[in-house]
Amino acid sequence: MIRAWLAPIPPRARILLLIVLVLLLAAPWFVDTYVLSVLIIVLYVAYMGQAWNIMMGFAGLLSIGHALYFGIGAYTGAVLYMNFGVSPWIGMIAGGLLAAVAGAIIGALGFRFRITGVYFALLTIAFAEFARILMDNFAYTGASGGFFIKLGDPHAFDLWNLRGSPVMFYYLWLAFVIGALLLCRGLLSSRLGYFWLAIREDQEAAQALGINVFRYKMGAVVLSAALTAIGGVIYAFYNNNLFPATTFNVGRSVEMLLGATIGGVGTLMGPIVGAFILTPMGEGLTILVQPLQQGGLHLDGIKQVFYGLAVIAIVVFQRRGVWPWLARLFHLESRRDDRS
Amino acid sequence: MLDVYLNQIVSGVLTGLVYGLSALGLSVIFGVCRIINFAHGEMMVVGMYLALMLFRWAGLDPLLSIPIVGGLLFAAGYALQGGLINRLIGVPEHMQFIMLAAIAIVIVSSCLMIFGPDLQNAPLSYAYDSYQIGPILVDKVKIMAGGAALAVAALLAAFFRWTYLGKAIRACGDNLTGAVVIGLNVKRLYALAFGIGAGCIGVAGCILLLLVDVQPYLATDYTLLAFVIVIVGGLGSLAGALIAGVLIGVSEAVAGLLVQPSLKSVFSFALLILVLLLRPQGLFGRQA
Repeated sequence: MIRAWLAPIPPRARILLLIVLVLLLAAPWFVDTYVLSVLIIVLYVAYMGQAWNIMMGFAGLLSIGHALYFGIGAYTGAVLYMNFGVSPWIGMIAGGLLAAVAGAIIGALGFRFRITGVYFALLTIAFAEFARILMDNFAYTGASGGFFIKLGDPHAFDLWNLRGSPVMFYYLWLAFVIGALLLCRGLLSSRLGYFWLAIREDQEAAQALGINVFRYKMGAVVLSAALTAIGGVIYAFYNNNLFPATTFNVGRSVEMLLGATIGGVGTLMGPIVGAFILTPMGEGLTILVQPLQQGGLHLDGIKQVFYGLAVIAIVVFQRRGVWPWLARLFHLESRRDDRS
Repeated sequence: MLDVYLNQIVSGVLTGLVYGLSALGLSVIFGVCRIINFAHGEMMVVGMYLALMLFRWAGLDPLLSIPIVGGLLFAAGYALQGGLINRLIGVPEHMQFIMLAAIAIVIVSSCLMIFGPDLQNAPLSYAYDSYQIGPILVDKVKIMAGGAALAVAALLAAFFRWTYLGKAIRACGDNLTGAVVIGLNVKRLYALAFGIGAGCIGVAGCILLLLVDVQPYLATDYTLLAFVIVIVGGLGSLAGALIAGVLIGVSEAVAGLLVQPSLKSVFSFALLILVLLLRPQGLFGRQA
């Protein structure tokens, strides 16, 4: 099976993939805490981008409400652990299921009522905002005052309760990014994946061919929502605090699609490549302007300005994203077909 | 008890007119250019800050700065459509949407760097004046804001109805192919329409400065509010946007009395979801 999966990847891409993997696995031994914290953000952005990409990139459904699924996961995991002593791994299952149900409701409403394109995106935003305002007033989870997870021993390695050092979270995110990559790879070469691409390219033609468009679109929403919620649980346990205003807001939903858009919507590697380009450059810029900031300038938003300009540049000049362009440049694209 | 509600309703109608004017800007841009302006609230916040600067430096009343701020945002919108967005004609919808979201991030973060995160306002001499009309007590600023919004909206309606340019812009929105066939310069008219929409948003920002304090992060709320209004009213319908603006303004004002004020937007979003599902062309829009 592994051989079948590797077959379409050209040899030089295989070697590159291996080198990157080894470097990532070894990274915690030779980087300092700051770089590690940046790498954790990179992996978080990559994972969220992968989850979002299943809806937009594979099935052609634009969601700008992924903060909803993220928040459902984060709050479910945190509440189950703090109030009932349940392991976050069970929390991931519970949060994933809840988010899947939320996704199914939004999807079913949207698709049954034939809401498409930008209107569908607005529907997803409306639901996320609805949830944000409700959570802001939901006393059980601390309302707008926030919900906190008790800090554990920062040097521990308690994987079952996800209480431990940044190194543990680094490997956890890395495992989930690789897992999501393998999952997406498997999906794309399955019937489901081909149906998604057919629906994305031309929904009416897909329907005419007898594909149950409603069912497969629902599949994409449910899967994307569940994966996002699982990431939300890990995020909650890494950060230890949750506020409705930052967990459910539109900004978080937009943040999830930035990396994937830069890297290449609809590609396998795009969300990962985008995260590795965007986050370190944003962080680097923050460090670069630090002397200016000490000189009295207010430059708190400079990272966001950079992210915004990067996306504008990508949309104008390299619409399919950085990864398809890189892959062409270095002959890394898959031999079987061009998936960009 | 009744006069409390009456007071809130009147105040909601007047605030709603300003919301409606801002939503008109969104509606014009969508109706003509078919661009969903996700940077709407951000542009409005820019308008508010410009009016605030003019107030601080030149002592100009925000209502008097309307022509200046409106003009500046018109120019910015014209340049934005002409320089950047016109390149996107024919690009998938979601890419346009993402691009405008990116523009929104750039604007709001720039505002944060320039003006800081604190709430700021223009302290007006007549801020606390009010009129007693029968049982109703109305703030002077609200009357001026509502009146100004209505006046600008009327000017805009007149422009689209009776001038050649206004008709040409409407033609582009109604039938793009037809507009090209009869020799209209569509790209220039698109840029003009975007400029007019942006100017409208800037004017709404000036007026809104009479009523609320300004802060960069308000932008997202205003974007969503305008989307709610425009979709409830019907995208592209100018009268619909004004009426829906008033509807949302009143519903927020009354909801503030009935439930916790922090829950008031729940009604707007619930309305948005219902309208999207049951009547996607909006309450006053034409059948798509």
